[in-house]
Amino acid sequence: MKILVAVKRVIDYNVKVRVKADRSDVDLANVKMALNPFCEIAVEEAVRLKEQGVASEIVVVSIGQKSCEEQLRTALALGADRAIRVDVENAPDALSIARLLAKVAEQEQPGLILLGKQSIDSDNNQTGQMLAALLNRPQATFASEVKLDGDSLVVTREVDGGLQTLKLNLPAVVTTDLRLNEPRYASLPNIMKAKKKPLEVKSSADLGVEVTAKVKLMSVEPPAERSAGIKVGSVAELVDKLRNEAKVIA
Amino acid sequence: MSILVLAEHDNQQLKPVTLNVLAAAKQLSGDVTLLVAGHNCAAVTEQAAKVEGVSQVWIADAPAYEHHLAENVSALLVDLAEPFTHLLAASTTTGKNILPRTAALLGVNPLTDILAVESDKCFKRAIYAGNAIATVEIDEAKVLMTVRGTAFDPVAAEGGSATIKTLDSVFQNADISFSHEALAESDRPELTAASIVVSGGRGLGNGENFNLLYQVADKLGAAVGASRAAVDAGYVPNDMQVGQTGKMVAPELYIAVGISGAIQHLAGMKDSKVIVAINKDEEAPIFQVADYGLVADLFEAVPELQNSL
Ligand SMILES: Cc1cc2nc3c(=O)[nH]c(=O)nc-3n(C[C@H](O)[C@H](O)[C@H](O)COP(=O)(O)OP(=O)(O)OC[C@H]3O[C@@H](n4cnc5c(N)ncnc54)[C@H](O)[C@@H]3O)c2cc1C
Ligand SMILES: Nc1ncnc2c1ncn2[C@@H]1O[C@H](COP(=O)(O)O)[C@@H](O)[C@H]1O
Repeated sequence: MKILVAVKRVIDYNVKVRVKADRSDVDLANVKMALNPFCEIAVEEAVRLKEQGVASEIVVVSIGQKSCEEQLRTALALGADRAIRVDVENAPDALSIARLLAKVAEQEQPGLILLGKQSIDSDNNQTGQMLAALLNRPQATFASEVKLDGDSLVVTREVDGGLQTLKLNLPAVVTTDLRLNEPRYASLPNIMKAKKKPLEVKSSADLGVEVTAKVKLMSVEPPAERSAGIKVGSVAELVDKLRNEAKVIA
Repeated sequence: MSILVLAEHDNQQLKPVTLNVLAAAKQLSGDVTLLVAGHNCAAVTEQAAKVEGVSQVWIADAPAYEHHLAENVSALLVDLAEPFTHLLAASTTTGKNILPRTAALLGVNPLTDILAVESDKCFKRAIYAGNAIATVEIDEAKVLMTVRGTAFDPVAAEGGSATIKTLDSVFQNADISFSHEALAESDRPELTAASIVVSGGRGLGNGENFNLLYQVADKLGAAVGASRAAVDAGYVPNDMQVGQTGKMVAPELYIAVGISGAIQHLAGMKDSKVIVAINKDEEAPIFQVADYGLVADLFEAVPELQNSL
Protein backbone atom coordinates (compact mmCIF):
# COMPACT_ATOMS: atom_id res chain seq x y z
CA MET A 1 0.00 0.00 0.00
CA LYS A 2 1.15 3.47 -0.87
CA ILE A 3 0.81 6.24 1.73
CA LEU A 4 0.53 9.91 0.82
CA VAL A 5 1.47 12.40 3.55
CA ALA A 6 0.68 16.11 3.23
CA VAL A 7 3.17 18.32 5.05
CA LYS A 8 3.35 22.05 5.66
CA ARG A 9 6.15 24.51 6.38
CA VAL A 10 5.24 26.66 9.37
CA ILE A 11 6.84 28.84 12.02
CA ASP A 12 8.79 26.83 14.62
CA TYR A 13 6.54 26.08 17.59
CA ASN A 14 8.95 27.69 20.05
CA VAL A 15 8.77 31.08 18.36
CA LYS A 16 6.33 33.64 19.66
CA VAL A 17 5.16 35.50 16.61
CA ARG A 18 4.62 39.27 16.60
CA VAL A 19 2.16 41.42 14.71
CA LYS A 20 3.71 43.88 12.20
CA ALA A 21 3.59 47.54 13.17
CA ASP A 22 1.18 48.32 10.30
CA ARG A 23 -1.05 45.42 11.40
CA SER A 24 -1.19 44.00 7.88
CA ASP A 25 0.02 40.56 8.97
CA VAL A 26 2.38 38.85 11.40
CA ASP A 27 6.11 39.38 11.01
CA LEU A 28 7.80 36.27 9.64
CA ALA A 29 11.06 37.93 8.59
CA ASN A 30 14.04 35.96 9.96
CA VAL A 31 11.79 33.68 11.93
CA LYS A 32 12.81 30.04 12.33
CA MET A 33 10.63 27.76 10.20
CA ALA A 34 9.97 24.05 10.63
CA LEU A 35 7.83 21.10 9.65
CA ASN A 36 4.39 21.52 11.29
CA PRO A 37 4.55 19.27 14.41
CA PHE A 38 1.38 17.43 13.45
CA CYS A 39 2.81 16.73 9.98
CA GLU A 40 5.96 15.34 11.59
CA ILE A 41 3.73 12.92 13.49
CA ALA A 42 1.98 12.00 10.21
CA VAL A 43 5.33 11.24 8.55
CA GLU A 44 6.42 9.19 11.57
CA GLU A 45 3.22 7.14 11.45
CA ALA A 46 3.75 6.41 7.76
CA VAL A 47 7.33 5.34 8.42
CA ARG A 48 6.19 3.00 11.20
CA LEU A 49 3.58 1.46 8.90
CA LYS A 50 6.32 0.90 6.34
CA GLU A 51 8.58 -0.65 8.96
CA GLN A 52 5.73 -2.99 9.90
CA GLY A 53 5.47 -4.03 6.25
CA VAL A 54 2.01 -2.51 5.88
CA ALA A 55 3.12 0.32 3.61
CA SER A 56 5.30 -0.13 0.55
CA GLU A 57 5.97 3.47 -0.43
CA ILE A 58 5.68 6.87 1.26
CA VAL A 59 5.12 9.95 -0.86
CA VAL A 60 5.17 13.37 0.82
CA VAL A 61 3.54 16.40 -0.73
CA SER A 62 3.67 20.07 0.15
CA ILE A 63 2.00 23.02 -1.49
CA GLY A 64 4.06 26.15 -1.36
CA GLN A 65 7.03 28.10 -2.62
CA LYS A 66 10.53 26.72 -3.12
CA SER A 67 11.37 27.26 0.55
CA CYS A 68 9.08 24.39 1.60
CA GLU A 69 11.42 21.94 -0.14
CA GLU A 70 13.46 22.24 3.06
CA GLN A 71 10.59 20.60 4.98
CA LEU A 72 10.11 18.01 2.22
CA ARG A 73 13.78 17.09 2.64
CA THR A 74 13.21 16.79 6.38
CA ALA A 75 10.35 14.38 5.69
CA LEU A 76 12.58 12.41 3.30
CA ALA A 77 15.25 12.25 6.00
CA LEU A 78 12.66 10.87 8.42
CA GLY A 79 11.95 8.01 6.00
CA ALA A 80 9.67 9.12 3.16
CA ASP A 81 10.65 7.75 -0.26
CA ARG A 82 9.90 10.64 -2.59
CA ALA A 83 8.49 14.13 -2.52
CA ILE A 84 6.23 16.35 -4.58
CA ARG A 85 6.07 20.11 -4.28
CA VAL A 86 3.13 21.88 -5.84
CA ASP A 87 4.32 25.34 -6.72
CA VAL A 88 1.98 28.21 -5.95
CA GLU A 89 2.74 31.91 -6.00
CA ASN A 90 0.46 33.59 -3.52
CA ALA A 91 -1.18 31.91 -0.55
CA PRO A 92 -4.04 29.80 -1.91
CA ASP A 93 -7.21 29.48 0.16
CA ALA A 94 -8.05 26.29 2.02
CA LEU A 95 -10.33 24.94 -0.68
CA SER A 96 -7.62 25.36 -3.32
CA ILE A 97 -5.12 23.53 -1.08
CA ALA A 98 -7.60 20.69 -0.65
CA ARG A 99 -8.30 20.59 -4.40
CA LEU A 100 -4.58 20.48 -5.25
CA LEU A 101 -4.05 17.68 -2.72
CA ALA A 102 -7.05 15.84 -4.16
CA LYS A 103 -5.49 15.99 -7.66
CA VAL A 104 -2.20 14.65 -6.36
CA ALA A 105 -4.09 11.87 -4.61
CA GLU A 106 -5.95 11.01 -7.84
CA GLN A 107 -2.62 10.72 -9.65
CA GLU A 108 -0.86 8.77 -6.91
CA GLN A 109 -3.77 6.52 -5.85
CA PRO A 110 -2.62 6.00 -2.23
CA GLY A 111 -4.37 3.53 0.05
CA LEU A 112 -4.03 5.90 2.96
CA ILE A 113 -3.60 9.67 3.20
CA LEU A 114 -2.15 11.17 6.37
CA LEU A 115 -2.28 14.83 7.35
CA GLY A 116 -1.77 16.80 10.54
CA LYS A 117 -4.92 17.73 12.39
CA GLN A 118 -3.99 21.39 12.43
CA SER A 119 -1.31 23.74 11.19
CA ILE A 120 0.09 25.72 14.08
CA ASP A 121 0.22 28.97 12.08
CA SER A 122 -3.33 29.31 10.72
CA ASP A 123 -4.77 26.98 13.40
CA ASN A 124 -7.38 25.91 10.84
CA ASN A 125 -7.96 22.24 11.46
CA GLN A 126 -9.82 21.63 8.20
CA THR A 127 -7.67 20.42 5.30
CA GLY A 128 -7.98 16.67 5.97
CA GLN A 129 -11.75 16.90 6.31
CA MET A 130 -11.99 18.86 3.05
CA LEU A 131 -9.70 16.49 1.19
CA ALA A 132 -11.73 13.49 2.33
CA ALA A 133 -14.89 15.20 1.09
CA LEU A 134 -13.43 15.99 -2.34
CA LEU A 135 -12.21 12.41 -2.74
CA ASN A 136 -15.50 11.07 -1.38
CA ARG A 137 -13.56 8.92 1.10
CA PRO A 138 -14.09 8.35 4.84
CA GLN A 139 -12.14 10.41 7.37
CA ALA A 140 -10.78 9.83 10.85
CA THR A 141 -9.62 13.10 12.37
CA PHE A 142 -7.54 13.65 15.55
CA ALA A 143 -6.16 10.10 15.53
CA SER A 144 -4.28 8.75 18.54
CA GLU A 145 -4.07 5.14 17.26
CA VAL A 146 -4.12 3.70 13.75
CA LYS A 147 -4.29 -0.04 13.06
CA LEU A 148 -4.79 -1.99 9.87
CA ASP A 149 -7.35 -4.78 10.13
CA GLY A 150 -7.56 -6.69 6.84
CA ASP A 151 -8.90 -4.27 4.26
CA SER A 152 -10.04 -1.74 6.79
CA LEU A 153 -8.46 0.72 9.13
CA VAL A 154 -9.31 0.96 12.83
CA VAL A 155 -8.67 4.43 14.19
CA THR A 156 -9.04 5.77 17.72
CA ARG A 157 -9.83 9.47 17.82
CA GLU A 158 -9.34 12.02 20.57
CA VAL A 159 -12.76 13.62 21.00
CA ASP A 160 -13.95 16.17 23.56
CA GLY A 161 -15.52 13.53 25.78
CA GLY A 162 -12.72 10.94 25.62
CA LEU A 163 -11.83 8.44 22.90
CA GLN A 164 -13.87 7.18 19.95
CA THR A 165 -12.94 4.26 17.71
CA LEU A 166 -14.05 4.05 14.08
CA LYS A 167 -13.65 1.48 11.32
CA LEU A 168 -12.94 2.81 7.83
CA ASN A 169 -12.71 1.21 4.42
CA LEU A 170 -9.55 2.09 2.50
CA PRO A 171 -8.62 4.39 0.89
CA ALA A 172 -9.15 6.70 3.84
CA VAL A 173 -7.98 10.05 5.16
CA VAL A 174 -6.53 10.27 8.67
CA THR A 175 -5.43 13.40 10.55
CA THR A 176 -2.97 13.03 13.41
CA ASP A 177 -3.20 14.18 17.01
CA LEU A 178 -0.19 14.73 19.27
CA ARG A 179 -0.33 11.41 21.06
CA LEU A 180 -0.34 9.19 17.96
CA ASN A 181 3.42 8.73 18.24
CA GLU A 182 6.65 10.44 19.14
CA PRO A 183 8.56 11.35 15.99
CA ARG A 184 12.16 10.21 15.69
CA TYR A 185 15.08 12.48 14.94
CA ALA A 186 16.60 12.25 11.50
CA SER A 187 20.09 10.72 11.66
CA LEU A 188 22.97 12.37 9.84
CA PRO A 189 23.33 9.54 7.26
CA ASN A 190 19.59 9.76 6.59
CA ILE A 191 19.81 13.52 6.11
CA MET A 192 22.57 12.92 3.55
CA LYS A 193 20.58 10.19 1.81
CA ALA A 194 17.51 12.44 1.69
CA LYS A 195 19.35 14.88 -0.54
CA LYS A 196 19.41 12.25 -3.27
CA LYS A 197 15.79 11.15 -3.01
CA PRO A 198 13.48 12.28 -5.84
CA LEU A 199 11.67 15.61 -5.44
CA GLU A 200 9.30 16.50 -8.24
CA VAL A 201 7.83 19.98 -8.76
CA LYS A 202 4.38 20.44 -10.28
CA SER A 203 2.38 23.57 -10.92
CA SER A 204 -1.27 24.14 -10.17
CA ALA A 205 -1.75 24.38 -13.96
CA ASP A 206 -0.21 20.88 -14.36
CA LEU A 207 -2.84 19.67 -11.95
CA GLY A 208 -5.63 21.61 -13.63
CA VAL A 209 -6.70 23.41 -10.50
CA GLU A 210 -7.63 27.08 -10.50
CA VAL A 211 -6.18 28.60 -7.36
CA THR A 212 -8.42 31.10 -5.58
CA ALA A 213 -8.09 33.35 -2.53
CA LYS A 214 -11.61 33.79 -1.21
CA VAL A 215 -10.68 34.42 2.38
CA LYS A 216 -9.01 37.81 2.59
CA LEU A 217 -6.86 38.85 5.53
CA MET A 218 -8.04 42.39 6.32
CA SER A 219 -5.87 43.09 9.35
CA VAL A 220 -4.12 41.47 12.26
CA GLU A 221 -4.01 42.74 15.81
CA PRO A 222 -2.14 41.58 18.89
CA PRO A 223 -4.32 39.83 21.48
CA ALA A 224 -5.49 41.81 24.48
CA GLU A 225 -2.36 41.98 26.59
CA ARG A 226 -2.73 40.68 30.12
CA SER A 227 -0.65 42.57 32.58
CA ALA A 228 1.03 40.53 35.26
CA GLY A 229 -0.85 40.93 38.51
CA ILE A 230 0.57 40.67 41.98
CA LYS A 231 2.41 38.02 43.93
CA VAL A 232 0.72 36.94 47.09
CA GLY A 233 2.74 35.83 50.09
CA SER A 234 0.59 33.01 51.38
CA VAL A 235 -2.40 30.78 50.71
CA ALA A 236 -4.41 32.80 53.26
CA GLU A 237 -3.70 36.00 51.34
CA LEU A 238 -4.64 34.29 48.06
CA VAL A 239 -7.98 33.11 49.43
CA ASP A 240 -8.67 36.56 50.88
CA LYS A 241 -7.98 38.23 47.50
CA LEU A 242 -10.15 35.76 45.60
CA ARG A 243 -13.02 36.25 48.06
CA ASN A 244 -12.91 39.97 48.73
CA GLU A 245 -11.07 41.61 45.85
CA ALA A 246 -11.79 39.50 42.76
CA LYS A 247 -15.00 38.11 44.29
CA VAL A 248 -14.73 34.89 42.28
CA ILE A 249 -15.19 32.45 45.16
CA ALA A 250 -17.72 32.39 47.95
CA MET B 1 -31.11 35.46 4.71
CA SER B 2 -31.31 32.55 7.07
CA ILE B 3 -28.96 30.64 9.30
CA LEU B 4 -28.68 26.95 10.07
CA VAL B 5 -27.04 25.97 13.35
CA LEU B 6 -25.97 22.39 14.04
CA ALA B 7 -26.93 21.48 17.61
CA GLU B 8 -24.26 19.87 19.76
CA HIS B 9 -25.71 17.11 21.94
CA ASP B 10 -25.26 13.56 23.18
CA ASN B 11 -28.75 12.35 22.17
CA GLN B 12 -30.01 13.19 25.66
CA GLN B 13 -28.87 16.70 26.49
CA LEU B 14 -28.46 19.74 24.35
CA LYS B 15 -24.86 20.80 25.10
CA PRO B 16 -24.58 24.32 26.56
CA VAL B 17 -22.10 25.34 23.85
CA THR B 18 -25.03 25.32 21.40
CA LEU B 19 -26.37 28.38 23.23
CA ASN B 20 -23.08 30.20 22.60
CA VAL B 21 -23.17 29.30 18.90
CA LEU B 22 -26.74 30.62 18.74
CA ALA B 23 -25.47 33.87 20.26
CA ALA B 24 -23.05 34.19 17.34
CA ALA B 25 -25.90 33.36 14.93
CA LYS B 26 -27.98 36.15 16.48
CA GLN B 27 -25.33 38.68 15.45
CA LEU B 28 -25.90 37.74 11.80
CA SER B 29 -28.98 38.84 9.95
CA GLY B 30 -31.63 36.19 9.44
CA ASP B 31 -33.93 33.60 10.93
CA VAL B 32 -32.29 30.81 12.88
CA THR B 33 -33.03 27.12 12.32
CA LEU B 34 -31.49 24.64 14.75
CA LEU B 35 -30.75 21.17 13.38
CA VAL B 36 -30.75 18.22 15.77
CA ALA B 37 -29.16 15.22 14.04
CA GLY B 38 -28.96 12.18 16.28
CA HIS B 39 -30.70 9.00 17.31
CA ASN B 40 -33.43 8.62 19.92
CA CYS B 41 -32.90 12.27 20.63
CA ALA B 42 -36.46 13.43 21.31
CA ALA B 43 -35.40 14.96 24.65
CA VAL B 44 -32.86 17.14 22.83
CA THR B 45 -35.50 18.34 20.37
CA GLU B 46 -37.71 19.35 23.26
CA GLN B 47 -34.91 21.39 24.85
CA ALA B 48 -33.97 22.86 21.48
CA ALA B 49 -37.50 24.12 20.82
CA LYS B 50 -37.45 26.16 24.04
CA VAL B 51 -34.23 28.03 23.30
CA GLU B 52 -34.54 31.77 22.87
CA GLY B 53 -34.35 33.12 19.33
CA VAL B 54 -34.73 29.85 17.41
CA SER B 55 -37.56 29.96 14.90
CA GLN B 56 -37.46 26.35 13.73
CA VAL B 57 -36.04 23.10 15.03
CA TRP B 58 -35.38 20.44 12.43
CA ILE B 59 -34.90 16.93 13.64
CA ALA B 60 -33.13 14.09 11.81
CA ASP B 61 -33.46 11.03 14.02
CA ALA B 62 -31.83 7.87 12.66
CA PRO B 63 -29.16 5.34 13.71
CA ALA B 64 -26.89 6.84 11.02
CA TYR B 65 -26.66 10.05 13.07
CA GLU B 66 -26.22 8.52 16.52
CA HIS B 67 -22.46 9.13 16.69
CA HIS B 68 -22.42 12.32 14.60
CA LEU B 69 -20.16 10.73 11.96
CA ALA B 70 -18.92 13.48 9.65
CA GLU B 71 -19.68 11.48 6.50
CA ASN B 72 -23.38 11.14 7.35
CA VAL B 73 -24.05 14.50 8.97
CA SER B 74 -22.22 16.44 6.24
CA ALA B 75 -24.31 14.67 3.56
CA LEU B 76 -27.42 15.70 5.48
CA LEU B 77 -26.22 19.30 5.79
CA VAL B 78 -25.50 19.47 2.06
CA ASP B 79 -29.03 18.23 1.41
CA LEU B 80 -30.48 20.96 3.64
CA ALA B 81 -28.10 23.81 2.78
CA GLU B 82 -29.90 25.35 -0.19
CA PRO B 83 -32.00 28.07 1.55
CA PHE B 84 -29.32 29.10 4.06
CA THR B 85 -26.66 31.81 3.80
CA HIS B 86 -24.79 30.69 6.94
CA LEU B 87 -24.16 27.27 8.48
CA LEU B 88 -22.71 27.28 11.99
CA ALA B 89 -21.42 24.62 14.35
CA ALA B 90 -19.54 24.68 17.64
CA SER B 91 -15.78 24.61 17.52
CA THR B 92 -15.70 21.23 19.25
CA THR B 93 -14.21 17.99 17.99
CA THR B 94 -17.64 17.21 16.53
CA GLY B 95 -18.13 20.56 14.81
CA LYS B 96 -14.57 20.70 13.54
CA ASN B 97 -14.93 17.21 12.12
CA ILE B 98 -18.18 17.87 10.27
CA LEU B 99 -18.18 21.47 9.09
CA PRO B 100 -15.06 21.60 6.86
CA ARG B 101 -16.21 18.40 5.15
CA THR B 102 -19.58 20.00 4.45
CA ALA B 103 -17.91 23.15 3.12
CA ALA B 104 -15.77 21.21 0.65
CA LEU B 105 -18.82 19.28 -0.56
CA LEU B 106 -20.55 22.62 -1.16
CA GLY B 107 -17.44 23.98 -2.89
CA VAL B 108 -16.76 26.78 -0.39
CA ASN B 109 -14.03 27.70 2.09
CA PRO B 110 -14.90 27.16 5.75
CA LEU B 111 -13.82 29.35 8.66
CA THR B 112 -12.59 27.69 11.84
CA ASP B 113 -13.10 28.84 15.39
CA ILE B 114 -14.39 32.38 14.96
CA LEU B 115 -14.23 34.75 17.93
CA ALA B 116 -16.27 37.74 16.77
CA VAL B 117 -18.81 38.65 14.11
CA GLU B 118 -17.99 41.96 12.38
CA SER B 119 -20.58 41.60 9.61
CA ASP B 120 -22.28 38.81 7.66
CA LYS B 121 -19.01 38.24 5.76
CA CYS B 122 -16.37 39.51 8.14
CA PHE B 123 -15.12 37.71 11.24
CA LYS B 124 -12.28 37.58 13.74
CA ARG B 125 -10.29 34.47 14.58
CA ALA B 126 -7.14 33.64 16.51
CA ILE B 127 -4.03 32.49 14.66
CA TYR B 128 -0.52 31.47 15.77
CA ALA B 129 -1.64 29.99 19.11
CA GLY B 130 -3.59 33.13 19.93
CA ASN B 131 -0.58 35.42 19.47
CA ALA B 132 -2.47 37.30 16.77
CA ILE B 133 -6.12 37.98 16.06
CA ALA B 134 -6.96 38.08 12.37
CA THR B 135 -9.89 39.88 10.80
CA VAL B 136 -10.92 37.98 7.67
CA GLU B 137 -13.45 38.68 4.97
CA ILE B 138 -14.92 35.74 3.12
CA ASP B 139 -16.20 35.92 -0.42
CA GLU B 140 -18.44 32.84 -0.64
CA ALA B 141 -22.15 32.48 -1.38
CA LYS B 142 -22.53 30.44 1.78
CA VAL B 143 -20.54 31.01 4.93
CA LEU B 144 -19.74 27.84 6.88
CA MET B 145 -17.96 28.28 10.16
CA THR B 146 -17.25 26.86 13.58
CA VAL B 147 -17.65 29.16 16.56
CA ARG B 148 -15.53 29.36 19.73
CA GLY B 149 -18.16 29.04 22.45
CA THR B 150 -16.28 30.95 25.13
CA ALA B 151 -16.16 34.05 22.91
CA PHE B 152 -19.95 34.53 22.94
CA ASP B 153 -22.30 34.89 25.91
CA PRO B 154 -24.98 32.20 25.66
CA VAL B 155 -28.59 32.92 24.65
CA ALA B 156 -31.26 31.90 27.17
CA ALA B 157 -32.11 28.19 27.27
CA GLU B 158 -35.77 28.98 27.87
CA GLY B 159 -38.30 31.41 26.47
CA GLY B 160 -38.48 30.39 22.83
CA SER B 161 -41.19 28.43 21.07
CA ALA B 162 -39.84 27.07 17.82
CA THR B 163 -41.86 25.00 15.40
CA ILE B 164 -40.57 21.46 14.97
CA LYS B 165 -40.10 19.76 11.63
CA THR B 166 -39.10 16.12 11.22
CA LEU B 167 -36.74 15.26 8.38
CA ASP B 168 -36.96 11.89 6.70
CA SER B 169 -33.93 11.61 4.48
CA VAL B 170 -31.19 9.44 5.92
CA PHE B 171 -27.61 9.44 4.68
CA GLN B 172 -25.41 6.52 5.62
CA ASN B 173 -21.92 6.20 4.22
CA ALA B 174 -20.98 2.55 3.74
CA ASP B 175 -17.24 3.21 4.10
CA ILE B 176 -17.27 4.09 7.77
CA SER B 177 -18.75 2.67 10.94
CA PHE B 178 -18.64 3.41 14.63
CA SER B 179 -16.83 0.73 16.63
CA HIS B 180 -16.77 1.82 20.26
CA GLU B 181 -15.99 4.69 22.57
CA ALA B 182 -14.49 5.30 25.99
CA LEU B 183 -16.02 8.47 27.35
CA ALA B 184 -14.88 10.02 30.59
CA GLU B 185 -17.48 9.86 33.35
CA SER B 186 -17.43 12.76 35.72
CA ASP B 187 -19.81 14.55 38.06
CA ARG B 188 -17.78 17.72 37.71
CA PRO B 189 -18.86 20.46 35.32
CA GLU B 190 -17.71 20.30 31.73
CA LEU B 191 -14.34 21.97 31.21
CA THR B 192 -15.41 24.44 28.53
CA ALA B 193 -18.59 25.45 30.37
CA ALA B 194 -17.33 25.61 33.99
CA SER B 195 -17.04 28.97 35.74
CA ILE B 196 -14.01 27.78 37.69
CA VAL B 197 -11.25 25.56 36.30
CA VAL B 198 -8.38 24.06 38.30
CA SER B 199 -5.61 22.73 36.05
CA GLY B 200 -2.53 20.70 36.80
CA GLY B 201 0.73 20.27 34.94
CA ARG B 202 3.85 18.17 35.01
CA GLY B 203 4.55 19.61 38.45
CA LEU B 204 1.91 17.26 39.87
CA GLY B 205 4.37 14.42 39.34
CA ASN B 206 1.85 11.61 38.81
CA GLY B 207 -1.82 10.84 38.27
CA GLU B 208 -2.53 10.08 41.90
CA ASN B 209 -1.48 13.56 42.95
CA PHE B 210 -4.26 14.98 40.78
CA ASN B 211 -6.51 13.96 43.69
CA LEU B 212 -5.25 17.09 45.41
CA LEU B 213 -6.78 19.12 42.59
CA TYR B 214 -10.01 17.07 42.49
CA GLN B 215 -10.55 17.85 46.17
CA VAL B 216 -10.10 21.58 45.63
CA ALA B 217 -12.31 21.43 42.53
CA ASP B 218 -15.09 19.68 44.40
CA LYS B 219 -15.13 22.38 47.06
CA LEU B 220 -15.32 25.07 44.39
CA GLY B 221 -17.70 23.29 42.00
CA ALA B 222 -14.90 23.50 39.46
CA ALA B 223 -13.82 21.47 36.44
CA VAL B 224 -10.31 20.00 36.28
CA GLY B 225 -8.00 20.55 33.33
CA ALA B 226 -4.39 19.77 32.52
CA SER B 227 -1.40 20.79 30.46
CA ARG B 228 -0.28 18.66 27.56
CA ALA B 229 2.75 17.52 29.54
CA ALA B 230 0.45 16.06 32.22
CA VAL B 231 -1.65 14.32 29.57
CA ASP B 232 1.39 13.03 27.67
CA ALA B 233 2.87 11.63 30.85
CA GLY B 234 -0.37 9.69 31.32
CA TYR B 235 -1.38 11.43 34.58
CA VAL B 236 -4.84 12.21 33.17
CA PRO B 237 -6.84 11.49 29.99
CA ASN B 238 -6.58 13.57 26.80
CA ASP B 239 -10.00 15.17 27.13
CA MET B 240 -8.62 17.27 29.99
CA GLN B 241 -5.99 19.05 27.87
CA VAL B 242 -6.30 22.82 27.77
CA GLY B 243 -4.48 24.75 25.04
CA GLN B 244 -3.90 25.55 21.39
CA THR B 245 -4.49 21.97 20.41
CA GLY B 246 -6.77 20.98 23.27
CA LYS B 247 -9.73 22.79 24.74
CA MET B 248 -10.25 26.53 24.89
CA VAL B 249 -11.55 27.70 28.26
CA ALA B 250 -12.42 31.16 29.57
CA PRO B 251 -13.85 30.73 33.08
CA GLU B 252 -14.31 33.36 35.77
CA LEU B 253 -11.40 31.81 37.64
CA TYR B 254 -8.55 29.64 36.30
CA ILE B 255 -6.10 28.15 38.79
CA ALA B 256 -2.91 26.80 37.17
CA VAL B 257 -0.99 24.46 39.45
CA GLY B 258 2.49 23.22 38.52
CA ILE B 259 2.13 24.55 34.96
CA SER B 260 4.98 26.56 33.44
CA GLY B 261 2.87 28.57 30.99
CA ALA B 262 4.08 27.61 27.49
CA ILE B 263 2.45 29.66 24.69
CA GLN B 264 0.45 26.63 23.60
CA HIS B 265 -1.07 26.35 27.06
CA LEU B 266 -1.70 30.09 27.38
CA ALA B 267 -3.56 30.00 24.05
CA GLY B 268 -6.25 27.91 25.70
CA MET B 269 -6.78 29.84 28.95
CA LYS B 270 -5.56 33.41 28.80
CA ASP B 271 -9.06 34.77 28.15
CA SER B 272 -10.05 33.67 31.66
CA LYS B 273 -11.30 36.54 33.83
CA VAL B 274 -9.05 35.88 36.83
CA ILE B 275 -5.92 33.72 36.64
CA VAL B 276 -4.13 32.24 39.63
CA ALA B 277 -0.77 30.51 39.30
CA ILE B 278 0.82 28.28 41.90
CA ASN B 279 4.37 27.37 40.92
CA LYS B 280 7.59 26.93 42.83
CA ASP B 281 9.65 28.62 40.13
CA GLU B 282 9.18 32.36 40.40
CA GLU B 283 10.52 32.78 36.85
CA ALA B 284 7.79 30.57 35.33
CA PRO B 285 6.12 32.40 32.39
CA ILE B 286 2.68 31.61 33.80
CA PHE B 287 3.23 34.43 36.32
CA GLN B 288 3.27 36.93 33.43
CA VAL B 289 -0.43 36.34 32.83
CA ALA B 290 -1.52 35.60 36.41
CA ASP B 291 -3.57 38.12 38.39
CA TYR B 292 -2.49 36.39 41.59
CA GLY B 293 0.73 34.44 41.70
CA LEU B 294 1.84 32.27 44.57
CA VAL B 295 5.44 31.07 44.54
CA ALA B 296 5.19 27.89 46.57
CA ASP B 297 5.54 24.14 46.57
CA LEU B 298 2.17 22.89 45.35
CA PHE B 299 2.27 19.92 47.72
CA GLU B 300 2.08 22.36 50.61
CA ALA B 301 -0.02 25.10 49.04
CA VAL B 302 -2.80 23.00 47.52
CA PRO B 303 -3.78 21.08 50.70
CA GLU B 304 -3.69 24.38 52.58
CA LEU B 305 -5.91 25.95 49.93
CA GLN B 306 -8.35 23.07 50.22
CA ASN B 307 -8.55 23.50 53.98
CA SER B 308 -9.24 27.19 53.75
CA LEU B 309 -12.16 26.94 51.33
C1 LIG C 1 2.28 21.34 18.41
C2 LIG C 1 2.23 21.50 19.88
C3 LIG C 1 1.01 21.70 20.49
C4 LIG C 1 0.92 21.84 21.87
N1 LIG C 1 -0.32 22.02 22.42
C5 LIG C 1 -0.42 22.18 23.75
C6 LIG C 1 -1.69 22.38 24.38
O1 LIG C 1 -2.74 22.41 23.73
N2 LIG C 1 -1.72 22.53 25.74
C7 LIG C 1 -0.59 22.50 26.50
O2 LIG C 1 -0.71 22.64 27.73
N3 LIG C 1 0.60 22.30 25.94
C8 LIG C 1 0.72 22.12 24.59
N4 LIG C 1 1.96 21.89 24.04
C9 LIG C 1 3.11 21.64 24.96
C10 LIG C 1 3.74 22.91 25.51
O3 LIG C 1 4.69 23.39 24.59
C11 LIG C 1 4.44 22.58 26.85
O4 LIG C 1 5.38 21.57 26.66
C12 LIG C 1 3.49 22.14 27.97
O5 LIG C 1 2.40 23.04 28.07
C13 LIG C 1 4.23 22.08 29.30
O6 LIG C 1 3.39 21.56 30.31
P1 LIG C 1 3.68 21.87 31.85
O7 LIG C 1 3.62 23.34 32.07
O8 LIG C 1 2.77 21.02 32.66
O9 LIG C 1 5.12 21.26 32.06
P2 LIG C 1 6.51 21.99 32.35
O10 LIG C 1 6.81 22.99 31.33
O11 LIG C 1 7.48 20.90 32.61
O12 LIG C 1 6.25 22.79 33.71
C14 LIG C 1 6.05 22.19 34.95
C15 LIG C 1 5.99 23.33 35.97
O13 LIG C 1 5.70 22.79 37.25
C16 LIG C 1 6.46 23.50 38.22
N5 LIG C 1 6.61 22.61 39.38
C17 LIG C 1 7.26 21.43 39.45
N6 LIG C 1 7.15 20.90 40.69
C18 LIG C 1 6.42 21.77 41.43
C19 LIG C 1 5.98 21.80 42.79
N7 LIG C 1 6.26 20.79 43.61
N8 LIG C 1 5.26 22.86 43.20
C20 LIG C 1 4.98 23.90 42.36
N9 LIG C 1 5.37 23.92 41.07
C21 LIG C 1 6.08 22.87 40.61
C22 LIG C 1 7.77 23.81 37.55
O14 LIG C 1 8.39 24.93 38.15
C23 LIG C 1 7.31 24.09 36.11
O15 LIG C 1 7.07 25.49 35.91
C24 LIG C 1 2.07 21.76 22.66
C25 LIG C 1 3.31 21.58 22.06
C26 LIG C 1 3.40 21.45 20.67
C27 LIG C 1 4.72 21.23 20.05
N1 LIG D 1 0.17 24.03 1.99
C1 LIG D 1 0.03 22.76 2.41
N2 LIG D 1 0.74 21.78 1.82
C2 LIG D 1 0.60 20.50 2.23
N3 LIG D 1 -0.19 20.12 3.23
C3 LIG D 1 -0.92 21.06 3.85
C4 LIG D 1 -0.85 22.42 3.48
N4 LIG D 1 -1.70 23.11 4.29
C5 LIG D 1 -2.24 22.21 5.14
N5 LIG D 1 -1.77 20.97 4.88
C6 LIG D 1 -2.09 19.71 5.60
O1 LIG D 1 -3.27 19.88 6.34
C7 LIG D 1 -3.02 19.74 7.73
C8 LIG D 1 -3.98 20.59 8.53
O2 LIG D 1 -3.82 21.94 8.18
P1 LIG D 1 -4.91 23.06 8.44
O3 LIG D 1 -6.22 22.53 7.99
O4 LIG D 1 -4.44 24.22 7.64
O5 LIG D 1 -4.89 23.36 9.92
C9 LIG D 1 -1.55 20.04 7.89
O6 LIG D 1 -1.02 19.45 9.07
C10 LIG D 1 -1.00 19.40 6.62
O7 LIG D 1 -0.92 17.99 6.77
